[in-house]
Amino acid sequence: MFIINAPVEKVIELDNNIFLLKIHCPQISTIIKPGQFLNIRVSETIYPLLRRPFSVCDVEGEYFYIMFNVLGEGTKILAEKHLGDTIDVLGPLGNGFNFTGSYDTAIIVGGGLGAAPFPYLIRAIGNQKKVYSFIGGKTYKDVITHGIKNISIATDDGSLGFKGTVVELLKDNLDLLNSGNIKIFACGPNAMLRTLKEFSINNNFECEVSTECAMACGFGICQGCPIESTEKSDKYLLVCKDGPVFNVKDVVI
Amino acid sequence: MSKVDLSVQIGPLKLRNPILLASGTVGYGNEVAEFVDLNKIGGIITKSLSLKPRKGNPPQRIVETPSGMLNAIGLANVGVEVFLKEKIPFLKNYDVPLICNIAASTIEEYVECTRILTEEVTIKAFEINVSCPNVKEGGLQFGNNVAMVGKITERVKAVTNKPVIIKLSPNVSYISEFAKVVKESGGDAVSAINTLVGTSFDIFKRKPKIFNINGGLSGPAIKPVALAKVLEISRNVDIPIIGIGGIMNWKDVVEFMIVGASAIQLGTLNFINPAASIEILESLEKYCIENGIEKLSQLTASYII
Repeated sequence: MFIINAPVEKVIELDNNIFLLKIHCPQISTIIKPGQFLNIRVSETIYPLLRRPFSVCDVEGEYFYIMFNVLGEGTKILAEKHLGDTIDVLGPLGNGFNFTGSYDTAIIVGGGLGAAPFPYLIRAIGNQKKVYSFIGGKTYKDVITHGIKNISIATDDGSLGFKGTVVELLKDNLDLLNSGNIKIFACGPNAMLRTLKEFSINNNFECEVSTECAMACGFGICQGCPIESTEKSDKYLLVCKDGPVFNVKDVVI
Repeated sequence: MSKVDLSVQIGPLKLRNPILLASGTVGYGNEVAEFVDLNKIGGIITKSLSLKPRKGNPPQRIVETPSGMLNAIGLANVGVEVFLKEKIPFLKNYDVPLICNIAASTIEEYVECTRILTEEVTIKAFEINVSCPNVKEGGLQFGNNVAMVGKITERVKAVTNKPVIIKLSPNVSYISEFAKVVKESGGDAVSAINTLVGTSFDIFKRKPKIFNINGGLSGPAIKPVALAKVLEISRNVDIPIIGIGGIMNWKDVVEFMIVGASAIQLGTLNFINPAASIEILESLEKYCIENGIEKLSQLTASYII
């Protein structure tokens, strides 16, 4: 874990209010794993006060990227960063995806901004496995395909690709994917993760999900981000420390 | 050797400097040890410990508010037994005064926790969290009732020879009445202030943003309130005060000391910059040198009104 004042290389605006921030930070870029996250302080002022968590979107050498949409004060400040500015980065945090197992086909499932961690995951998987991606959103405006390959798209309103949820689309395509050993990697709204959990358990697919919860510190001291364990337990798991990536069977979503 | 004497005295408790890390913002010490040399800070105060482990509240537990945050963690903690078995061994590796914060639902539970923990030599003092619902009195907070705070202080003091600090709630009309009863009941010091009750609603869903509806407000938003409460106690009661509430930098520390604090606690700041305590210590020393202050404790209650 490092706390580093890292220089901003550039801010790239993708379509529809989605931004990529490229940050020069060799200490973190060289060790961070797909699915891990950073807790970023957007300014030194007391408003906004807390750090904001972002999963690592991609890594190129000494640089890493985060992806975000402008929702509030913090992300608005981030979108206005320029070359020469610095940001205060705490990371790498949490546990990433376990993508090195014995499966032969990786299925990526992303809903909305949940597509953010996948460019790096797909890059890390490389050509060792087949990769199929299922990306969804409420409308075409919410579909993010940056850095993702072999994409099938679903939208709730049918404005782009399949009309319906991304998990319904995945079910429809199951025969096409039927190639032995499948592992699913997912990130998105809880409603999506819930249906995906049922789907993966029914089909006996391994499935890892990246979860989200409001948090303050990002490394276990504030206890702000509980997630219920499927094991009977007298304590919650923490999204920041025990996750954010979990085997879907281990958590109640 | 430091050229400035940064040491402070809180009743019988002598600390090498006034920077304490607040309960609930340092876990049990291990997570912050990665950022802070625990051998340098004034002391750490554990997450509230209860007799049995507590699971805490479901999410959402935290929401940011202007220059502050609301939390409703629900006193999630490992319980006294696990703390002694699994957390204390790590803390024994450091030379850092350990203050145990205790939370309970009955007076008997406060007493029992203290009685068990006082045997452990690593623990140097207790801080009693009275901002807990009193189960026997229908869930009203102990901390809102002067007589109850007095009774807890007296009963806890009876089972330990170690200093007992009562962490006072700001959600009362006159906090000095509570500080007074702590002194009269044998308490050694007070921490002021705990969080302020607050809430935040989603205007589209018309629902509270945190599960518990209400949460505790902390961060720089509450600093002026905390300063006023510390000053009120300082002007009315002769008891050592540990100031807490929205401290973000060394200037805030000095301000709290001037209005009456003997030591201070960093809370929310630990979430934002877990290395802040060391930075603040260095700045405090520089401030003293530049202003000809030989002993930092001279600042305490040095207000001119």
